[in-house]
Amino acid sequence: MTSTPAFFVSFDSLKILFTNLIELFGLGESLGWSAGLLAGISISFLIINVMVMSTAFYTWFERRMIGRFQVRRGPNRNGPFGILQPFADVLKLIMKEDTIPDAADKPVFTLAPIALLAPTLMIMIVIPFGTYASDQAFLSNLNIGILFIVGVTSVNSIAIFMAGWGSRNKYAILGSMRGAAMLISYEIPMALGITSVLLLSGSLAMTEIVRSQSVWFILVMPMGFFVFMAASTAEMSRTPFDQIEAESELGSGYNTEYSGIKFAVLFLAEFMAPIVTAAVVTTLFLGGSQGFDFLPGGIWFAIKMFVLIFLLLWVRSTWPRLRIDQIMGFAWKTLFGLGLFNIFLVAVEFMVAVKLGHTSDGSLTTGYMLTMAGVNWIVTIIAFIILANFVGKKKYHRPEPTPSPLANMGAGGD
Amino acid sequence: MATIRTEPVTINLGPQHPSTHGVFRLRVTFDGEEIVDVEPVFGYLHRGTEKLAESRNYVQIVTLTDRMDYVASMSNNLAYVRTVEKLSDIEVPERAQYIRVISVELQRIASHLMATGFLLNDLGALATPLVYCFRERERILDLFEMLCGARITLSYMRPGGVFQDAPEEFWSSLNTLISDFPNYLDELESLITTNEIVLARTIGVGLLSDAQAIDSGVTGPILRASSVKWDLRKANPYEIYDRVNFDIPIGSSGDTYDRYYVRLQEMRESIKIISQCIEQIEPGPVRTETPFFIRPPIGETYSSVEGPKGELGFYMVSDGGISPYRCKVRAPSFINLTPLRDMLTGWKMGDLIIILGSLDIVLGEVDR
Repeated sequence: MTSTPAFFVSFDSLKILFTNLIELFGLGESLGWSAGLLAGISISFLIINVMVMSTAFYTWFERRMIGRFQVRRGPNRNGPFGILQPFADVLKLIMKEDTIPDAADKPVFTLAPIALLAPTLMIMIVIPFGTYASDQAFLSNLNIGILFIVGVTSVNSIAIFMAGWGSRNKYAILGSMRGAAMLISYEIPMALGITSVLLLSGSLAMTEIVRSQSVWFILVMPMGFFVFMAASTAEMSRTPFDQIEAESELGSGYNTEYSGIKFAVLFLAEFMAPIVTAAVVTTLFLGGSQGFDFLPGGIWFAIKMFVLIFLLLWVRSTWPRLRIDQIMGFAWKTLFGLGLFNIFLVAVEFMVAVKLGHTSDGSLTTGYMLTMAGVNWIVTIIAFIILANFVGKKKYHRPEPTPSPLANMGAGGD
Repeated sequence: MATIRTEPVTINLGPQHPSTHGVFRLRVTFDGEEIVDVEPVFGYLHRGTEKLAESRNYVQIVTLTDRMDYVASMSNNLAYVRTVEKLSDIEVPERAQYIRVISVELQRIASHLMATGFLLNDLGALATPLVYCFRERERILDLFEMLCGARITLSYMRPGGVFQDAPEEFWSSLNTLISDFPNYLDELESLITTNEIVLARTIGVGLLSDAQAIDSGVTGPILRASSVKWDLRKANPYEIYDRVNFDIPIGSSGDTYDRYYVRLQEMRESIKIISQCIEQIEPGPVRTETPFFIRPPIGETYSSVEGPKGELGFYMVSDGGISPYRCKVRAPSFINLTPLRDMLTGWKMGDLIIILGSLDIVLGEVDR
């Protein structure tokens, strides 16, 4: 760890620090085991606080930007440019009465916000932010990093169902039923998107995935990126897939009955999701912390995340919502097919590469990846044109309106 | 194939619900997401307008009509004052008729903008199109402010004309508005009309056939969306509508998309009417002198206008006194709810909201 700059905090460096400290006080015999624990607690403390703070600022940013999209100003009263607005919101929510409905299943109702927030935070464990020495994750460079993410995000659907079921509210139940159906369905296209990444990188570890992207995977397989992006937008249930909350239909969906600090936690988890998703997409498709040398990798990572977050925000503020059956149809008929096709395409290309010897150390050469990018972009654009014009548009043809024979204009009396 | 037995669940949509456009309540029985039965419940905003009218004099009632369809006060004013004029044979100066038509058409645009905006909001578009619509509606309200000082509850019209002539700056602002407005509508259309999600959500949803529409007595854009070419402005021209050229846009099938699109085209037609009125209007008096207390002769009458939401009619009975003996309002929002149950049954939760949104009800008018 000598090559790691002092200001980059990682689990390993903290563990060394704590071991040295314990040694310094001469407690190495009795408390030597606790260095790892202390390091873990410290790093968790750090991650949680950084994430909560960035979520707070993200909510401010989102509200300001949506204000701009909607020709209004957004929050601008608390502090400069309204930047203290999230703190005001959180303070308000904490001070509010924390009500639990009489008929609610209290343990389930209480646990649901935590069950929703915890997995979102846990994803950050394996995200490699820096480029110092070895692409380091905050807490752990798991060798099954991406599998860990897929597993952990699955908990979301349970948490949302807990919230809906525990509230004993019909709107909440409807919202969480939709959530259960939708989140489970969209995990499949998401996994398909990830699988195509794994085919090229040859490793489940997030750092390896970043290292194998000599050409960013968004260029190599745009279709995979599209599938993954669409599926993860649905996974965090934002417009046009915000069926779980569906403000205009269900009031507030699964969190109808929540108030006070519990609502704040649900809200936090919900707004943390875009940040976490952006981080995962950056790692999988945008080359993680890769970038030019004049800025450190962490900054590049943040810039890419920011661009993705802005993209998600743009979609959110522009598009209406799809109906639940259309959403399910989109998952199973469109994204599932596209995901499979993408895997097929990438797999064939990979096999050709192996046959022709365009590999070095088990991964593809940069030149071959660029060729793949060219081919795949063309295929993707053709596929989308076919989908949009020959499959989608047909049913929207409107006949020229003809006046009904039942109408008798001119015969009207007063 | 054996299916799993499901249990219907009854949900109260409203009176406190974000998309019932007020305090409307629907008792909906769902089978999963599908609607089995709908029972509308209204009356939460009942203020007894018709009864109150019996103890007010004829000029005072104008203020009551403002509060019925509170997004289209001008149209309510017009429908009411026309009934009083018919009841007591009051002549209206020509300039007043033109100003009335201009303000009523502006009000129609404002009302349709709100209908479109809220329909998109019901579709889940996070208020972006709604705010765009409100931005333009704001300019119309500014014009109303120039006319009479009020923005929502206008009370601009009086039996015998309008309360005052339009000021100078009104005409210049009106000219800029009508020259800007077609571009604005194009912008709105580029955002909504060709949007794939809007098409997928609205086309074929909430069908109302022409026969069904006529049988249930719906009027206005909803009737025209069901391809019935019926508009009181053409069928029974009042004020100066026989002197202007305009088309009656109709829909092809009577689905939610048609109801949206008919409203959009009607806004364009309204702009056409207003610009013709500006060309034709001539100086002159704007109000016939009427006695302080209007005492119509004993009798009864019904008169109606084409409001933004449909045929808005007043039936009034006079006993010769200073206030009507009976006043009955044919409220289009209320009668347009008649086919609601047939339209909703079999659709899904999300469709319920947009079908109700496309009917464009205002609870002030439904409950009166």
